Amino acid sequence: MIIARILGTVVASQKDERLAGKKLLIVKPINLDGTDQSGYVVSVDTVGAGFHEKVLIVAGSSARLAEGNKDCPVDSAIVGVIDSYEVNEKE
Amino acid sequence: MKRNEPAAAGIDEKMQLARVIGTVVATVKNETLEGRKFLIVQTLNADLQPTGKPQVALDAVGAGAGELVFWCRGKEASFPFKRDSTPTDCTIVGIVDSDSHVYQKSRESRVESRE
Repeated sequence: MIIARILGTVVASQKDERLAGKKLLIVKPINLDGTDQSGYVVSVDTVGAGFHEKVLIVAGSSARLAEGNKDCPVDSAIVGVIDSYEVNEKE
Repeated sequence: MKRNEPAAAGIDEKMQLARVIGTVVATVKNETLEGRKFLIVQTLNADLQPTGKPQVALDAVGAGAGELVFWCRGKEASFPFKRDSTPTDCTIVGIVDSDSHVYQKSRESRVESRE
């Protein structure tokens, strides 16, 4: 799983019918110090996340296992909204 | 990485070593992740030096901060839980007893030079 922040939304009327009703969000993976990593990911929202929030992203076939994504053509899903995280790299 | 190269970077391995360096708190999450613990892990190479970017892993064994653990990636990461409904691509599946239990080539050469 990776940490990312939400940048925007994607609107797509023509899509696979199993994606109907799903919210597609553009997210940008970030480092632990809050700086952006390169690249963007379009991710299916399963938790109701909002703009600028930090979220947990699951990638690959595991994204399909998320509640609400059963048998959907999905390889990236938002599975959690991060309240906070704590890092101690010295340990 | 070449196929026959030993997993120096370890990134393409199915199961690999990492150090737990932190925790993540997420109140709002997918229902199936209710009650699970998220930990931040830093992947390590064969010499137990940090390599690659830290990741968020789901905990299946009760690991804690600072511990050396091994974890698996991909769909298999959901197998310790309800395998058809747990969305995780990175799960801690074991705790290494201590650093000295890990075979380290660099340390072996040091031991030889002492003898």
